Amino acid sequence: MMLCAVDPGQVLMAVALMTGAGLLLGAVIGLVARLFRVEGDSRVDLVTELLPGANCGGCGKAGCRDFAKSVVAGENPPGKCPVSTREQASAIALALGVEVGEVVPKKAVVRCSGTLFTSDRVAYYSGILKCSSAMLVGGGPKVCRYGCLGMGDCARKCPFGAIEIVNNLAVVHEELCVGCGSCAAVCPRGVIAIVPAASAVHVYCNSPEKGAEKRKVCRSACLGCGKCVRKDPEKFELTASLARVKYSAPEVPDAAEVEAVGCPTGALTTIGAHYQAIRKGGTEK
Amino acid sequence: MSEEVRSELRLPTGKQLVLSSSPHISTGESVRKIMLKVLVAMLPAAAAGVWFFGLRALWVILFTTLCCVGAEALWCFLAKKPVLPTIRDGSAAVTGVLLALNLPAGVPFYVPLIGAFLAIWLGKQVFGGLGHNPFNPALVARVGLLIAIPAAMTSWPVPRGMDEHYPEVREFRASVDAVTCATPLGVAGQRPKIVARNAAARRNFAALSSGRVLRKYFWGVRGGCIGETCVPALLLGGVILFAFNLINWRVPLCFAGTVALVAGIVNLCCPGVTPPPLFHLLTGGLLLGAIFMATDMVTCPITGTGCVVFAIGCGVITSVIRIWGNYPEGVSFSILFMNALVPLIDRWCTDRPFGYVSKRRKVEVK
Amino acid sequence: MNKSSRDVMTFEGGIHPADSGKALSENRPTLTPPLLERYQVLLCENVGKPPKPVVKPGDLVGKYQLLAAAEGFVSANLHAPTSGKVVKIGEVPGPMGIPAPAIEIEADGEDAAAEVFPPLDDWRDTDPKVLIGRIADCGLVGMGGASFPTHVKLSPPPDKPVDTLILNGAECEPFLTADHRLMLEHPRDVITGAQIMAHILGVNRICIGIEINKRDAIESLETLAEGTPVRIVPLKVRYPQGSEKHLIRAIAGREVPSGGLPADAGCVVQNVATAAACSDAVLHGLPLVERIVTVTGEVLCHPGNWKLRIGTPLLEALRLAGGVTDEPGKIIFGGPMMGFAQRSLGVPIAKNTSGILLLTREEALRHRSTSCIRCGRCLQGCPMHLSPCLLATAIENGRWNLAAQNHVMDCIECGACAYVCPAHRPLVQLMRSAKMELRKRK
Repeated sequence: MMLCAVDPGQVLMAVALMTGAGLLLGAVIGLVARLFRVEGDSRVDLVTELLPGANCGGCGKAGCRDFAKSVVAGENPPGKCPVSTREQASAIALALGVEVGEVVPKKAVVRCSGTLFTSDRVAYYSGILKCSSAMLVGGGPKVCRYGCLGMGDCARKCPFGAIEIVNNLAVVHEELCVGCGSCAAVCPRGVIAIVPAASAVHVYCNSPEKGAEKRKVCRSACLGCGKCVRKDPEKFELTASLARVKYSAPEVPDAAEVEAVGCPTGALTTIGAHYQAIRKGGTEK
Repeated sequence: MSEEVRSELRLPTGKQLVLSSSPHISTGESVRKIMLKVLVAMLPAAAAGVWFFGLRALWVILFTTLCCVGAEALWCFLAKKPVLPTIRDGSAAVTGVLLALNLPAGVPFYVPLIGAFLAIWLGKQVFGGLGHNPFNPALVARVGLLIAIPAAMTSWPVPRGMDEHYPEVREFRASVDAVTCATPLGVAGQRPKIVARNAAARRNFAALSSGRVLRKYFWGVRGGCIGETCVPALLLGGVILFAFNLINWRVPLCFAGTVALVAGIVNLCCPGVTPPPLFHLLTGGLLLGAIFMATDMVTCPITGTGCVVFAIGCGVITSVIRIWGNYPEGVSFSILFMNALVPLIDRWCTDRPFGYVSKRRKVEVK
Repeated sequence: MNKSSRDVMTFEGGIHPADSGKALSENRPTLTPPLLERYQVLLCENVGKPPKPVVKPGDLVGKYQLLAAAEGFVSANLHAPTSGKVVKIGEVPGPMGIPAPAIEIEADGEDAAAEVFPPLDDWRDTDPKVLIGRIADCGLVGMGGASFPTHVKLSPPPDKPVDTLILNGAECEPFLTADHRLMLEHPRDVITGAQIMAHILGVNRICIGIEINKRDAIESLETLAEGTPVRIVPLKVRYPQGSEKHLIRAIAGREVPSGGLPADAGCVVQNVATAAACSDAVLHGLPLVERIVTVTGEVLCHPGNWKLRIGTPLLEALRLAGGVTDEPGKIIFGGPMMGFAQRSLGVPIAKNTSGILLLTREEALRHRSTSCIRCGRCLQGCPMHLSPCLLATAIENGRWNLAAQNHVMDCIECGACAYVCPAHRPLVQLMRSAKMELRKRK
C-alpha cells in the first residue's frame, strides 16, 4: 500500500456515504422495533427480575421467565421456586399481591458410600464415561446394582455446581444445593433423594439386598442390622435390609444421636462426616 | 484328555475381566498408522522435490515438519492438554510435510516458522484439535503466507534441468536475477485477463504448451513449489493413498477432470484466453492439491456423492481463478472455499438408508 | 436348480474381518460332554414374557419335563435338561450382566427322560396349526441369538403374505463355528426342518444362505437337498451377512422397510439350528434342551464345539475346553462383534448362546478413544447406510433430535463401524444410549 496522493473529495464522499447508510439503517431498525413491538405483561418482566435467574427448572417450568408467567397467571405460588430465599419469594408475593405459598427448602443427597476403595468393581471398564451409558454395558462397572457409579452425570447436570465426584462417588455440597431436583432426574440408578433441607443425617446406602450379600461387595453398605431403629424407632425405619431416616418425623436425628447409635459400617452418618470420610477413601470401619 | 492335562486344568478367576460394549475386536488400525501411511505416500513427491531443487528443499521439509510438531507441542503445553499423545498421532508431522511441499525451495527460515504456527495454531488447534478443523491446516498456512509474505512465496528457484529453451526463462532472463524463474502459470497469467482472441496470446500459449515443453512439465522441470512439480511422483503418491484406502478416489478425479473440462471448453471457444487443458493439468499445484490437499480426510466430505460435489466445486473455482482471476494459481483458495461448504455438503449429500424408499423421511420426536 | 450358482451379490457396505478365528474350532467335531451335577436353567432368556415356573423346590423332574410354561403368545416353554431334583428357583448372574431368575436342578445321574411328545412322521399331511402347537410345546426359540419364540415367527399376520423361507446358515461372526458343524453333522435335520417350516408357512421357496467359507457345508447340504424344493444359496463372506435384513436383501433382493419386519418383505428368516430343533420337535417329539456351542479363544487349551445342555454353567464349559493357559481378559457370550462381555463366571448357557469366546488381556484392553478424524470408514462399513461418525458426534452432544432425524433408530448395532474406526470410538455404545434416550422420550 502506498501513501500517494489521496483525493480528499473521495474520502469525504466515502465518509458521508457510510454515515448516511448507518443512520438510515438505524432509523429502519428503530421504526421496525416500534411497529412490531410485542406487548407483554409488564408484571412478568417484574417477577422475572425479582427471581434469582438460575434457570434450573426446579420449579418444573422451562426457566425463570416461564415460571414468572405461571406466577402471574396464578398457577404457581412464588414459594414454589426452590432457589429463592424467603425474602425473595415474599418480595414477589408483595409485588403481585398474592400469597407466598409454602417455601419448603429441600436438598439433594446421594445415598451411597461405595467409593473406589470400599465398593467392588469389575477389573476394567472400557467405554463411555457417563453413568447412563455405562448402565448399558452389563449394568455398569460397579458390582452393587444400586450404588452410585461415580461417573458424574449428576455433577454435569447440576446448574449450581453443587456435586463433587470424590474417589468415584458423587457427594452433594449442601451449602450450594438448592434442591431443584435436576440431579435426581438424571441419575440412572435412582441413588439421589431430594429431602427436607433440615435433615443433617442420612443413611448412605441404596441397596435393599440382604445384609450379608451387600457386605460381600461393599464394605460401607448398610447391613440392615437395625441398631439405629432399635435405638430410636421414631426417627429411623428399616425396610428390606435397608435403614432409612424418617424425614417426615417431627424431629430429625443429629450428630450426637449418630454417635450414640454407633453404626457398624458408617453408613449412618452426618453430611459433614460423610464427606470427610469419602475424601479419605471411604466410610468403612 | 490325559490325566496330566486334567490335573493341571486351570480355570479363570475372573479377576481381570474387561467390561465393555460390543464389538470386542477391531481392525488394529489407528490414527497414527493412517498418518504414517500418508507420510509414506508423500515421500515420492518430497524426494522429487529434493532432486529438482537440491538440499535446500530437504532442509525446508525437515524444518517445517519440526516447526509444526513444535507448534503443536507448545499449544498442548499452554492449553494443558497431554503433549506426547497429541504429537504421537502424527498429524502435525503430516501437516508439516504437506506445508513444506507447498513452499518454494528458497524460502527464508521465518516462512516455515510462521507457516507452522498458522497451520497448527490457527488451522487446527483453535478449532479443538485433530478432527475438528473445517479448513485444511496446510492450506490455511499457505494462503496466509501468500498474502502476508508474497515476495518470499513467489520466488521460485530454478530447478535442475531447466535451460534456455524454456519460454519462462527466455522471458525473464534479462530482467531478473538468475536465481529465480517464473512458473508456467505465472507466465501464462501475465497476459491480459480479458477475453482476447488476439494472436499474440494464442502464440504465447502455444509456446507454453508445445508437446516438448509439456513433456518437461510432466517430469517436473519447471518452476514451482517443492512438491508440486513432478507429476509421476504425485501420481505414485495418489496410488499409494488409494491402495491404503486413505482417500476417496472421486476427489482427485473430479477435481482434475473439472479443471480440464472447463479449461478445455474455454480454450476451444476462445483460445486466446487460456492455454489448453493439458497445460492446466500439468502446471501449478493442481495435482498436488487434488491428490493431497483436497483429499485430506478431516476436511473432505464423507459421502461419495458429497466428494463429487466438493471436487467439482473446487475444479470450477480453480478454473475461474486461473482463467479470469487476479492470481495465477487458484487451487488453494478453491479448496479452502469448498472446505467451508463441507458441513452443508455432508448434510445434503447423504445416502439413502437401508429400508427407505426416498432419501429422507421427516422423523418427529417429541 | 440345486447346483451352486455363482456367488450372490450381497448387500452394500459391511466389513470383512481379516482373521476370522474360525480355524480354532471349525474342524473340531462336536463332542457330547458328560452329565454335570448342577444345571441352572435361565427363565427369561427369550423375547417376550418370561415363562412361569410350574415346578417348585423339592420337585423331582425328568429330562424334557416342563419346568416353566409360556405366559401368553409371545413367550416360550422351558424344559428340564436332565432328570433330577429342583433345588431352588432364584437368581443367578445373567448373560446381560444383571441377575436373572433361574431354576436350579441337581442331576441324579440317571438322565431319565420324562414322556416326550408323540412323533409326527406324517407332518406333510398334518395341519400347520398342529405343527405350530408342537413347536410351541417344545419351547423352540430363535437359536441364532435373538431368542424370538419360533411359533410366533412362523405365524405372520394375515395381512403380510409370506412367499419365501430363508434359513440363516451364514454364521458371519468371527470365531463361531456352531452352525457350521451342525450343517456338517446333521444336514438331514436342517433340510427336514426347513421343509417342515415351509409347510407351516405354506411357501414354496426355501433358501438356505451359507457363506462360501463353508464350502463343505454347502456341498453336504446340496447333496441332501436334491429332489427337495430347498435351494442352497452361497453368499459372499461379509459381516453382517447373517443379519435378517441383509440375508433377505442378498437372497430375495428385497429391502425390509425401516421399522418393519421380515414379513413386510414377504420373507421369514430362521437360523439353521432352529430348523434342526424343529425337525427334532416334530419327528421325535423332543423339546429343546441342548444345542451346539462353540467354546473358543486363543487362551483356551482345547477350543472346539460341544453339544451343551441349557443351564450348563460357564465354568463347566471352560473345563471341557481344557481350561485356560492364562487369565482371560474377556469372556464373551456370542460372537465378538455383537456378543456380551461377561462380568461374572457364574453365568449359565441359554438356548441362544451360540458361542463362548475368551479373549486375552491384550486383545481385550481397548485403545484410548480419540476424536473422530472423519475418515469415512464407518460409512463404508455400515450395512444400513447410515453415517455413524456424524450420529456419534450428535449423540455425544446430546442432540437427540438430530440423531433421530439421521435414522439412529435404524441402527442394527452390528458393530461394523466401531470395528473399523481408527479412533476407537465407542460407536455402538453411543448408538444404544441414543436409542435408550429416544425410547424414553416417545
